[in-house]
Amino acid sequence: MTTSINTLPLKDRLLSLFYENLPHIKGNATPAANRLREMALAAFERQGFPNPKMENWRFSDISQLLETDFAFDFSNQSRPFNIEKIFTCDVYDLDTFSVTLLNGWFVYKNAPLTRLSNGTIIGSLAKAMEVYPEIVDEYLGKAASAEKSGLVALNTAFIQDGLFIFVPEGVTVEKPIQLINIVDSQVPLLLQPRHMLIAEKGSNVTLVNCDHSLTHNVSFTNTVMEVFAHPEAIVDHYKIQNKGKNSALFTNTFFHLQKKSRVSSNIITLNGGFTRNNLHVTLQETETHADLNGLYLVDRNQHVDNQVFIDHAAQGCFSNQLFKGILDDQARAVFSGKIMVRREAQQTLAYQNNKNLLLTDEAKVNTQPHLEIYADDVKCSHGATVGQLDPEAMFYLRSRGISEKSARQLMMLAFADEVVQKISIEPLRQRIGSMVERRLKGELSICDQCVLHCNDKGPTTFNIDMSKI
Amino acid sequence: MLSIKDLSVSINGKTILDGFNLEVKAGEVHAIMGPNGTGKSTLASVIAGRDMFDVDRGEITYRGQNLFDMAPEIRAREGIFLGFQYPVEIPGVSMASFMRTAINEKRKHLGLEPMSGAEFLKLMEEKKKLVEIQSKLTNRSVNEGFSGGEKKKNEIFQMALLEPRLAILDETDSGLDIDALKVVANGVNKLRSPENATIIITHYQRLLDFIIPDYVHVLFDGRIVKSGDKSLALELESKGYEWVKKEANMAAAH
Repeated sequence: MTTSINTLPLKDRLLSLFYENLPHIKGNATPAANRLREMALAAFERQGFPNPKMENWRFSDISQLLETDFAFDFSNQSRPFNIEKIFTCDVYDLDTFSVTLLNGWFVYKNAPLTRLSNGTIIGSLAKAMEVYPEIVDEYLGKAASAEKSGLVALNTAFIQDGLFIFVPEGVTVEKPIQLINIVDSQVPLLLQPRHMLIAEKGSNVTLVNCDHSLTHNVSFTNTVMEVFAHPEAIVDHYKIQNKGKNSALFTNTFFHLQKKSRVSSNIITLNGGFTRNNLHVTLQETETHADLNGLYLVDRNQHVDNQVFIDHAAQGCFSNQLFKGILDDQARAVFSGKIMVRREAQQTLAYQNNKNLLLTDEAKVNTQPHLEIYADDVKCSHGATVGQLDPEAMFYLRSRGISEKSARQLMMLAFADEVVQKISIEPLRQRIGSMVERRLKGELSICDQCVLHCNDKGPTTFNIDMSKI
Repeated sequence: MLSIKDLSVSINGKTILDGFNLEVKAGEVHAIMGPNGTGKSTLASVIAGRDMFDVDRGEITYRGQNLFDMAPEIRAREGIFLGFQYPVEIPGVSMASFMRTAINEKRKHLGLEPMSGAEFLKLMEEKKKLVEIQSKLTNRSVNEGFSGGEKKKNEIFQMALLEPRLAILDETDSGLDIDALKVVANGVNKLRSPENATIIITHYQRLLDFIIPDYVHVLFDGRIVKSGDKSLALELESKGYEWVKKEANMAAAH
């Protein structure tokens, strides 16, 4: 069912839609999930949508977006859908276990939930709530607090579907799991996928998350993902955002780390209208390790905002943030990285670096480091740079016969490469490296055209009549 | 090959080159010497196309073309090479992709097919020997972490790969120990041919022990005040620049 009421402000519409559609929204969710959603709705009602008066929303104004007359899918509209036929993602033919969400709903290719021979469960969160309610209830909402964020509260109130991954103790999932999020709608759509990744003790899993749009229409994606890394677990997360100019993508990712676990988060923003990444990492127990990398390549009126909060709550933990961005035209970037070191968190190592390359006078970046340190035996550093391409280096390259355009590209690639090199899986690094290269050469366009250009094989493989999708 | 006539160049209103003349023919090696701050490096930069200077007067023709009509990269593709006094470090850009891009953009300009990866790597290995570079350059960033000597060798290495018609070596000898100096000089000598020309800009005579110039010019106050053969360099070494300065000042007084 697609529902739209266009007379009330979005917040009020959502509140009334919640009650009108409650049976649909609840579906087969667990009683605990439904209790959580009622509390979250109250939290959303209290907090509402973010506005620029809030400290961490000062540079990102979404008021115009909230004027849109959005529709909502409260049931799985997923029609017979052959993903390979209409869409090939650039990292797609990597050897991955791949799953797809269409407009926030899990696409049932074979089965809604797959249980691998090693015990790993991958599939639809909605289905997981029916089949594995005890696992879902143990974790849902435990890392993502609805009390501190209106967007998280809103997502939690409307939890229906998303990706569910459970990796049992000691299991290494050989293939990366790839999640492709596609938005395809004839009307402006608000969607709120909810993902959950549980990596039990000593397990090892890689998730590659690709966000794409197949539509020119305005879309509002408000995602929440909770990642639980049990002791000694290793979780690598890659997020590749290549969205249309009319898309607004809010991604709230929460990592919860237990003793000696290691996570990496790599957020690669290649295109997007409005992109906001809230990354919240809690180093709950001792000797954990978090590598948080980001790369954003934005032009025209694109707006990208990365907010990192890293909470050193235990002794002997390591965190490193490296976020780099290249801004062209009138693009705007915001970075805010907060490192909290609590009193117990002695021997903390926490580093943060945000580097920006501005290609025009009109591009703009706001970068803010925050350190809040209550322990005395710590090593913390932060740095932020905003600069242009080095004219000396430009002349050096040109003096060897390299055109101004190629020289710029070489230098931009070099700038971006520091983040690309952090990708530990070789084929993935090559793929993402090549996407970054094509993006900087202007060959990877925004997803208005993504459906035509997202493939190495060239546009001929897609003879799609968009009106029939 | 290169003809500079009555060239006057200033930076922020301050005249650096003032009525400078020079003729360079194919097969020749010219040394331009002079005290610091007399415009030697400015001359090199102006020929290579750095745009921080104002050309107030005069002309430069290169193989019959007005040099000022050509962008720096076009000058390079047409065969001009500047060996930098201070080679620039470019973190993240590998030597291999830098030189391969340069070679292929030049080849495209000349209407040639691009060089394949295998051909290019072979060429790199061959030219590395010329300047006795042992390290794996392929994956190293341009000049990043190179010692002073390595940077200068790297300039000659690039010159060897690009095979210029006109090479301008700006203080390539500065900061080199005697062994590195010999390697650099040896590289330059091997690249010498009747078809190409070299301008060596130097403060000291010692590089000219190894690269024998056809002409030596003394630059003072933005113009050439004295020209001669290699013996002029030796004379300068023994008498110092004061001698030339005095002569120049006397000439100006008359």
